[in-house]
Amino acid sequence: MKTYAPFRSSPLRASLSFMLLSAVFIAGCGKKAPIPPPPPPPSGGGTTAAPAGPGTPTVASFTVEPASIERGQSAVVRWSVTNATSVSIDHGIGTVEATGSSRVVPTDTTTYTLTASGTSGNVTRTATVTVTAPAPPPAPVSNNAGSARGTLDSRVQSDLQDALFDYDSNNIRDDARRALTDDAEALKRIFADFPGSTINVEGHCDERGSAEYNLGLGDRRASAARDFLVQLGVPADRLKTISYGKERPACTESNEACWQKNRRAHFSSGQ
Amino acid sequence: MKKTYRLLILSACIALAAGVILAQDITAWINGVGGKPALAVTDFRGTGAAQPLMSTFNGTLFSDLQSSGLFNMVAKSLFPLNNPQVPTDLRPDDNKQGYALGDWAGAPTGASHLVFGYTAAQNGLLVLNGYVFDTRQENVQAAQLLGQRYVGTLDEAGATKVAHEFANDIIQKFGGSGSLLGSRIYFVRSTIKNIDEIWAMDWDGGNQKQLTNLHSTSIMPGVSPDGTRVAFTTYAKGTPRIMIVNTENGRLLPFYNQEASLNTTPNFTPDGKQIYYASSAAGLPQIFSAALDGENFHRVSYRDAIEVEPKVNPKNPDILYFVSGPGPQQIYSMTAEGANVQRVTNGEGEASNPAWNPDGQHIAFSWTRGYAAGDWNVFVMDVGTRQYVQLTHSEGRNENPNWAPDGRHIVFASTRSGRSQIYTMLADGSQVKPLTQQGTNRYPVWGVK
Repeated sequence: MKTYAPFRSSPLRASLSFMLLSAVFIAGCGKKAPIPPPPPPPSGGGTTAAPAGPGTPTVASFTVEPASIERGQSAVVRWSVTNATSVSIDHGIGTVEATGSSRVVPTDTTTYTLTASGTSGNVTRTATVTVTAPAPPPAPVSNNAGSARGTLDSRVQSDLQDALFDYDSNNIRDDARRALTDDAEALKRIFADFPGSTINVEGHCDERGSAEYNLGLGDRRASAARDFLVQLGVPADRLKTISYGKERPACTESNEACWQKNRRAHFSSGQ
Repeated sequence: MKKTYRLLILSACIALAAGVILAQDITAWINGVGGKPALAVTDFRGTGAAQPLMSTFNGTLFSDLQSSGLFNMVAKSLFPLNNPQVPTDLRPDDNKQGYALGDWAGAPTGASHLVFGYTAAQNGLLVLNGYVFDTRQENVQAAQLLGQRYVGTLDEAGATKVAHEFANDIIQKFGGSGSLLGSRIYFVRSTIKNIDEIWAMDWDGGNQKQLTNLHSTSIMPGVSPDGTRVAFTTYAKGTPRIMIVNTENGRLLPFYNQEASLNTTPNFTPDGKQIYYASSAAGLPQIFSAALDGENFHRVSYRDAIEVEPKVNPKNPDILYFVSGPGPQQIYSMTAEGANVQRVTNGEGEASNPAWNPDGQHIAFSWTRGYAAGDWNVFVMDVGTRQYVQLTHSEGRNENPNWAPDGRHIVFASTRSGRSQIYTMLADGSQVKPLTQQGTNRYPVWGVK
């Protein structure tokens, strides 16, 4: 009888990682725009409380355009006043000429007040610009935004395509040449975005050759793809080859369509 | 001058003699040259408390002898009326009643050998007296091949034990180069996708135990000649590399892996002092040899083709078989220093998994000859004559054949029932027995223990 050390029964280490789905609530539109004041009476109109007289200024126009902007954009305040001894506008614009304009960059919805002073009284007018929050930036490609590793994984998955091979061959076919040429550019971008990262070039085989020989063949395929990429300027020290032989098929049916999918150089993120 | 001439004649004679021996038909080798002994195994009886155990005992003894593949078992319906129980029961002539050896040798029984004896309960133990006689001998004294006393506990386990021991002695008496008893089969089991561990079980599928706990893909084991270590390929540290596990306690032993994307298919040499393996350290996967701890490695061959599965001949350490190209994978041979490379299989189909018979004259291997690529079957080849026999016939994929220490049984992996499972069979393809059912089981190798 043999004696065995008590082996741990291999525990199912399917560690369940809970992904926190961070729902992004786009803060709607900042503050509600105040109800704009009623339009100014027509100049010289009869409803003005202060009778138009030689000492009373008249505000011909006072506007902000456009009436609504996104935060960060600018608007133009325009005014035209007659019969005033001085004209001033609040919110930092200050004393101005009787007619003019000023570019403003309000960060929030702002109501500007123009005060025109005459020898026999003052007249005020207001004009409002509504400032909205800018549209949210485009969502990142990754579902795992926030984890650099996850982003590298997803970039490898989305940006890099397999190079396919003939049976029992590690020759780079024309279609593989095209795929790897695209991959070389994509790899350079990924390496630029993820300094210090490495990417595995995996060699795979279909199910027909022996498992042992296929480990060797997968190794040849991975290095053929790696060598091709290095020729195109991908840094060799950031590519690592690994053969899976026929131990990790992408497709498990026994037909040529499936076998072709499995005869591949495939990319995965390394460290 | 004269001396050289004489030497030439001498070597020609040796070559001729060798040729004659090698030319023996492989089927005859498999079936046993000159026909198998015809064994008449009587039903043993026991005294007192031993009698209730005799059903277990007789069943075990018969099964062990039959499954050895060494004998033709004579049907009990052809036996004479009486069975001898002790040698003194035997007499020169019994008029076909059973107490004369000639009664067993003649028609209709036709046995070449008679197995008989009895058991008794003695001092609380089970005692077996077992005998084997050659029925064709005139002289009863000269006819005795085996007469042995065995002791076990007075229970079913004891009855099984003494039956195994007696059967083992009989098998060895008939040139069986070792018993299966105590031998172990090492293999790879997967019960979770992409997790493959090394397991061990008894030769009959009993006592299945997990050896490694690496939570990785660990495959392609090779067992040391003394059965104490299993070397294998694992992804536990990223790229495929070699690890060694102690079969008695499951502990990992140190092995130096070369800086390479691939180190794989390790196999112990028959003297147990070296490991041959394949490594991509020089770019292309090629054969290397190394000490048991992986140190002092050196490259064996310099060929422009993938090389894997190095297997050193058990009788001649200068003959190394391996699997390689160029072209479709075939079995090749070379010297231990990489010279004299020759293709062994004839180039048809694809060939792999060469496994040496302990006799150093035969290999079992996998071949797709006669079938589509990927349709593997187990073959046996006489490496001297290159004659081969096909043992499986495309019932699923049949791969990784490996010889039992007795040189007559083969363990292999087959997908005949769906997922890959481990089976044993005799070297003539008969007596196929499934050993595993749970999970997916691959890459079996047979160790002496």
